[in-house]
Amino acid sequence: MLGRSPVGPLEYTRRLWLRLWLLAVFVFLYAPIVILVVFSFNDSRRNIVWQGFTTDYYVRAAENASLIEAFGNSLIIAFVSTILSTIIGALLALGLWRFRFPGRAALDGAAALPIVIPEICMGVALLVFFNRVGFPTGMPWPLNLAPIVIGHVAFSFPFVAVVVRARMIGFDRSLEEASKDLGASEWQTFWNVTVPYMKPGLIAGGLLAMTLSLDDFVITFFTSGPGTLTFPVQVYSMVRFGATPEVNAASTVLIVVTVLLTVIAVRWQRPDKEVAKLG
Amino acid sequence: MESWRAQPAVFWAFVLPGALWLLLFFLVPLGLIWILAFGERVGPVQIDITWTMANYLAVFDPVYVGLFWRSVWVATIATCIALVMGLPVALAVSFAPDRVKPILLLLVILPFWTNILIRTYAMIAVLRTRGFVNFGLEYLWLLGKAFLLPFGLDEVVMGERFEPLTLLYNNTAVIFGIVYVYLPFMVLPLYATLDRLDRSLLEASLDLGAGQIRTFFSIIVPLAKPGIISGIILVFIPALGTFLISDLLGGTDSLLIGNVIERQFKAANHWPLGSAMSFVLLYITFAILALRAWLTSREEARARA
Repeated sequence: MLGRSPVGPLEYTRRLWLRLWLLAVFVFLYAPIVILVVFSFNDSRRNIVWQGFTTDYYVRAAENASLIEAFGNSLIIAFVSTILSTIIGALLALGLWRFRFPGRAALDGAAALPIVIPEICMGVALLVFFNRVGFPTGMPWPLNLAPIVIGHVAFSFPFVAVVVRARMIGFDRSLEEASKDLGASEWQTFWNVTVPYMKPGLIAGGLLAMTLSLDDFVITFFTSGPGTLTFPVQVYSMVRFGATPEVNAASTVLIVVTVLLTVIAVRWQRPDKEVAKLG
Repeated sequence: MESWRAQPAVFWAFVLPGALWLLLFFLVPLGLIWILAFGERVGPVQIDITWTMANYLAVFDPVYVGLFWRSVWVATIATCIALVMGLPVALAVSFAPDRVKPILLLLVILPFWTNILIRTYAMIAVLRTRGFVNFGLEYLWLLGKAFLLPFGLDEVVMGERFEPLTLLYNNTAVIFGIVYVYLPFMVLPLYATLDRLDRSLLEASLDLGAGQIRTFFSIIVPLAKPGIISGIILVFIPALGTFLISDLLGGTDSLLIGNVIERQFKAANHWPLGSAMSFVLLYITFAILALRAWLTSREEARARA
């Protein structure tokens, strides 16, 4: 490719040093994860040098009942948190986009706070909150996951609101007026005009909420009750105990599940096609 | 925009769930630790709110001031490294041909789909004494030794045996981990601004005789300033409050403020002190955000003038 035509002044991606730079950064970003995945198949308890291929540690991870329970719990938390965050965030975005009301600037500012403040502050605040308000502990499954879900929604829905609001900037309000002129009710207009337009924003926001939930450690760490098993906290205690291939195996499964879920979600609703249909 | 009085029912349906969630599960919890910071510990779980300033004064103890100071400089170094690493990446992605652009962008975003704990854990195998960086260095060392052998210099220059570097459980490891985990946060806002850049300005600069380097520093960097500031904030604030990265990769001498806050709420069980520290961290965050707002408004005023 380099030989075909002289490199244009702005064709930065065709410059050798930038290509090497890109390569180095991507190696930096991916090599640790690739090593982690490869060494989950290493037949060595100490897992420092390659000893041979085995899937033993996957079997061992699958037989680890608390790890499996933690894994299921984390997926449930991500699922419920994604749905709640998407709904609450989208509604808030619509409210801020559509209405003028006293305290609008204050609400707008407050809704941006969970995005910017350090996670640990929010984590300890939620820990204190659930402890002080006497939030029932030791509830039966799945209600014992409620504090974690509440925390995840609290830091995810502001992100959804930002994404949906960015989408609504291009919306032509006369479409809603036309719908109402033609006899549709407020609800029908919302459901048949506003929501279809919002859809790419909803999908992008929902994906973001799911990623945030699956990626989180700090909030989960501080809101998990003593008897509640969640994947990050479980892996954290395993890591503190020692870096074994079992941790690598469990991590590999979570990486694969997260990537698969995201790919399915992206495939399931192609935002571009929706826009094309509307346009 | 319409007045909320036009359709109060719709208005409340839109705004109430978010506003309530924010109030109950964000502002009230923050308010609780704000009050707790003025409390005194009188028993294992009993805390009396006496509006004492003792906890905030304790934060100004030299030990904790040193801790805040170390957190600030670790976060600063990590942010600078991320900026230097990320800027060429963002430049390459935004000027890439349309065909490869989405792929490069995906490669930048993809690490986000891996849990932060797993990414931090992955760093251990790379950095430890018998880790991959040291394996690589040992390999280079053996090559160098083999090269120097014919000259009889191998023992003199390379030493008798390879001494692995101590890369894990120190400040370097923490900085390395922060850069690794938060680099995409730097690249994405940079890419967003560079992608909207008016390319004719770059062409004009190059046509008028400025070199690539001069164009970069006098045209690209000033125009990309909003993205640079966003990227710095997006990396610096989480880096300042991190406790997981320093917990797993840092040693006893590389504790950051996040670790000490965590300790006050878990092992040490001193909630009032932990609350005061959290609020000092919050006030630092607010100061940084205010600084950005001030810089932006000054910039806008200058643009108008």
